[in-house]
Amino acid sequence: MAVIEYIEAIRLAMKEEMERDSSVFVLGEDVGKKGGVFGTTKGLYQQFGEDRAIDTPLAESAIAGVAIGAAMVGMRPVAEMQYSDFMFPATNQIISEAAKIRYRSNNDWDCPVVIRAPIGGGIFGGLYHSQCPESVFFGTPGLKIVAPATAYDAKGLLKAAIRDPDPVLFFENKKCYRLITDEVPDEDYIVPIGKANVMREGSDITVIGYSMPLHFAMQAAEELARDEGVEAHILDLRTIQPLDREAILEAAAKTGKVLIIHEDNKTGGVGAEVAAIIAEELLYDLDAPIRRLCGPDIPAMAINPPGEKHFLLNKEKVKAAMLELARY
Amino acid sequence: MAKQIVEVTMPQLGESLVSATIDQWLKQPGDSVDMYEPLCELITDKVNAELPSTVKGTLVKILAGAGETIEVGAAICLVETEVEAAADTPAATTAPVAQQSVRAQTSARPAGVAAAAVAAFDANAPMRVRYSPAVQRIAAERGIDLSQVPGTGEGGRITRKDVLEFKPGAAAPSAPAAPIHAPRVAETPELPTVVVEGATAPGREYYIDVTPIRNTIAKNMRQSVNEIPHAWTMIEVDLTNLVQLRSKLKDDFMKNEGINLTYMPFLMNAVVSAIKEFPIMNSVWASDKITVKRDINISMAVGTEGSVLTPVIRNADQKNIVGLAHEINDLAKRTREGKLKLHDVQGGTFTLNNTGTFGSVLSYPIINFPQAAILTFEAIVKRPVVIGDMIGVRSMVNLCLSFDHRILDGVICGKFHQRIKAILESYNVDTKLY
Amino acid sequence: MKQSGTVQQSSRHAALGLSDERVVEMYRMMQLARKFDERGQLLKLAGKVNFHISGITQEPSQVAMGFAMDTKTDWFLPYYRDYGFVLSVGMTVKDLMLSLYAKAEDPNSAGRQMPGHFGSKRLRIVTGSSPVTTQVPHATGIALAAKMRGEKSVSIVSFGDGSSNQGDFHEGCNFAGVHKLPVIFVCQNNQYAISVPLSKQTRGNIYERAIGYGFPGYRVDGNDPLEVYRVVKEARDRAIAGEGPTLVEIMSYRVTGHSTTDNDLDYRTKEEVEPFKQNDPIVTFKNYLVEAGLWSDEHETKMLAEFRAIIDEATQYAERAPFQPAEDSELYVYADSSEVKS
Repeated sequence: MAVIEYIEAIRLAMKEEMERDSSVFVLGEDVGKKGGVFGTTKGLYQQFGEDRAIDTPLAESAIAGVAIGAAMVGMRPVAEMQYSDFMFPATNQIISEAAKIRYRSNNDWDCPVVIRAPIGGGIFGGLYHSQCPESVFFGTPGLKIVAPATAYDAKGLLKAAIRDPDPVLFFENKKCYRLITDEVPDEDYIVPIGKANVMREGSDITVIGYSMPLHFAMQAAEELARDEGVEAHILDLRTIQPLDREAILEAAAKTGKVLIIHEDNKTGGVGAEVAAIIAEELLYDLDAPIRRLCGPDIPAMAINPPGEKHFLLNKEKVKAAMLELARY
Repeated sequence: MAKQIVEVTMPQLGESLVSATIDQWLKQPGDSVDMYEPLCELITDKVNAELPSTVKGTLVKILAGAGETIEVGAAICLVETEVEAAADTPAATTAPVAQQSVRAQTSARPAGVAAAAVAAFDANAPMRVRYSPAVQRIAAERGIDLSQVPGTGEGGRITRKDVLEFKPGAAAPSAPAAPIHAPRVAETPELPTVVVEGATAPGREYYIDVTPIRNTIAKNMRQSVNEIPHAWTMIEVDLTNLVQLRSKLKDDFMKNEGINLTYMPFLMNAVVSAIKEFPIMNSVWASDKITVKRDINISMAVGTEGSVLTPVIRNADQKNIVGLAHEINDLAKRTREGKLKLHDVQGGTFTLNNTGTFGSVLSYPIINFPQAAILTFEAIVKRPVVIGDMIGVRSMVNLCLSFDHRILDGVICGKFHQRIKAILESYNVDTKLY
Repeated sequence: MKQSGTVQQSSRHAALGLSDERVVEMYRMMQLARKFDERGQLLKLAGKVNFHISGITQEPSQVAMGFAMDTKTDWFLPYYRDYGFVLSVGMTVKDLMLSLYAKAEDPNSAGRQMPGHFGSKRLRIVTGSSPVTTQVPHATGIALAAKMRGEKSVSIVSFGDGSSNQGDFHEGCNFAGVHKLPVIFVCQNNQYAISVPLSKQTRGNIYERAIGYGFPGYRVDGNDPLEVYRVVKEARDRAIAGEGPTLVEIMSYRVTGHSTTDNDLDYRTKEEVEPFKQNDPIVTFKNYLVEAGLWSDEHETKMLAEFRAIIDEATQYAERAPFQPAEDSELYVYADSSEVKS
């Protein structure tokens, strides 16, 4: 078992799936010869050739649409949107087409496409290289949406996504690329889509979230356990759609005190749905109002360091919120 | 020109990079370095780059050698610069920005949730009866009476954990009977930490957290001022003889009793006797009637650093001066040590405040709600006084009385005051304590 | 049928490789599409169905397109007026009626989609939607898959003159041009996008856009199905030969409103429309067949009666057929239907 970077886990997932199944191929801007602007597809072009690691024209709607077409006749394309901030021209193809193909044809046609897009800030990307657009696609039935926080999950979920018969949006966190490393098995494995994961057991408060901010929660949890005797129960959603309702309810009921965290804007974010689910089902298990700690409701984070810091979650903000909830 | 040593740190060469490796140093210690001159060569996964210096000076020390991998933001070498203003380190290292106010972290609430058991049952605690759905459900399932459960949550809230851990039959303090002003007597009330908001804009004010005790005092004061029509009167008392008596007795007293002999027991004794003659001074306004209390429980104001508490000497009329001295001493000590129990501060019917200890010669005290009156004992001051037709130097003290004008008025208070004066002036060197 | 013992001058259709049977079949297919279409309009007027969208006068070119393709290996992405096309590649009038009535047995979508939203894996017709032009990149993607798999397969995609200005048209064409994919882009230019005439839709010539994308573009008279056939067949041959995409602009005129919800007299006059109605390409083609000795009034009468019966039967069948049960409308959101329940 090797300890590898999150970005390497993603790359390996694609590589291994392409080795395993000749219908799997990747396409996107700069994914071929260059290996991707982050290096995520490095080596695929060299190993599989330009026919399976395709450098596409600069046209997101076509990248998605072409992938959708190919998927409809049985290929397994992995389309890359260079930054999730730029994927919006493809929104029509994703929402009007990919999400609805099976449904509108009454199960005659399907669309097993994977669309990968990097999300998240903290890399001085400014307004248009740091966004988290999950909530734009969230709530579109027919789509599956995943957002791994660890290298292990990144590899397992991408493999699962590629093998999934339905369209999957794979939101990888660019801050996690090189910052997060963990143990990843060499042998083949998948992480099932639709299943959350308990990162940490606890009995005082429950933290529910996805992607990068969970790492802050984990760090804060260690400090809170050591210094305040507060034990946090941390649930990584991993899959945003469909949400693992069972896991959410179980984690929330465990302590009755819930803090939901995500980097995406607070209003209309995934956290709002998680809160609604808990409120609907667990009224008599709640010991405190459900709290959400999220990005502020501003269009995007500034590039100047104070502005970026203000937007982003960090260990201090998460820890303060966790402690406040514990004391309630 | 001043010389100073500046750290050069590893910049963020590309987004998502967290570290880089030093390939080779292009400068050695002792070499001069110009602005933007390359210091070393760096390798990362994505880019190879020369690191330009952002300071002009002399390379003093290399902190990371060739071949070492350094995290973004860590120091890699030291440069002695001749320029006065220190050059900025590369923008990638995030300069500390305006702190977010972290008041929650530094409030003076007792650390940990293990406040004195007394506090957990404080019926005045604002969140005491805010039962969450989880708490209600569990209590219902287990047949738990929530009034018996201690609340360790914010504002005295009973948390889910409190209910889950509750063992019925465990020693629970009896429910406080009509708490008068049940303060939160936790551990030694510390001075609240002063937090300055906004490091970049010092401003002309600063903020102090409100402790539970201050909150309680504030509530009481407000209620007293709101509901009780205060009136006020003052007399002068000649304590010259008492001063002499005390001087004479105090050394032996210390030897025999082990505590100081102060003026308070004498005062209290006088006040209590006066109350016995004018019981109306010891009452409570109950809108359609006036409740005259039979027990004379004197609340004695004791100041601490952050607040004032009023522990009670119960049935003060049944104690002589020595007994009073002991009890006063004991309560004062325990107050300052933060060891008062709820019982100690309940049931007072009349309040005495020794304002003279901080040099006051005249006070307008606020009645300790819901009592009828409060008396202050000001500073004893040597003054020229007319006696007969001559001027003498006497130890004089002012006694100030605030009273509830619904129950009391000038005549009766005047008489009460005169009675105290008479008793106090009757103490002389021949008075026996025992 | 006129007998001929002498060597005939090669007919136009023969020169194109079309047998007499085939070309007669083409004509019949046009008429079937027309009769269905007319019945659809009637049913809407009669209040039997909620919506109908018409392709009248575009049938000949659509049929020609269909006949130029290989129904066993090619992939078809029609647009919503393509009744002639889908009938040519294997859909039946009964299928279309079921779709018109939105019944459960409708093979296109079990009555979930509007009429004109075709889809049938069996017939290699790719499921379509309402946001126009999204099918163009799909066709490119399907062609890409064919190329990657080394299959001798061509995808053909239809869209209107309005759609040709949508971003997806340009992106899909450009992508196909770069990678030389086996796809035929067919713009059925009927001069109107709802109420917006061609002059307001574009200043240039649609077929010439292909130059910008690196492949040939052709403009064809939609009233000449044999010419359409020729051009599409050649485009297909080019694609099979690995020479890449072709753009074909078929010129016609929409004689009906955009759909049954559109009153076209809001934006044009009867006088403008009338000549085109008179100049019906089906009639023109019939005349061609008659002149070629392949058709007669007798044939015509017989055919019309036959078609009438087919359409009547289909109409009745569809009318009586059940709808998809309401609860079933929650099925097929995901592969595992049970995931639908939330």
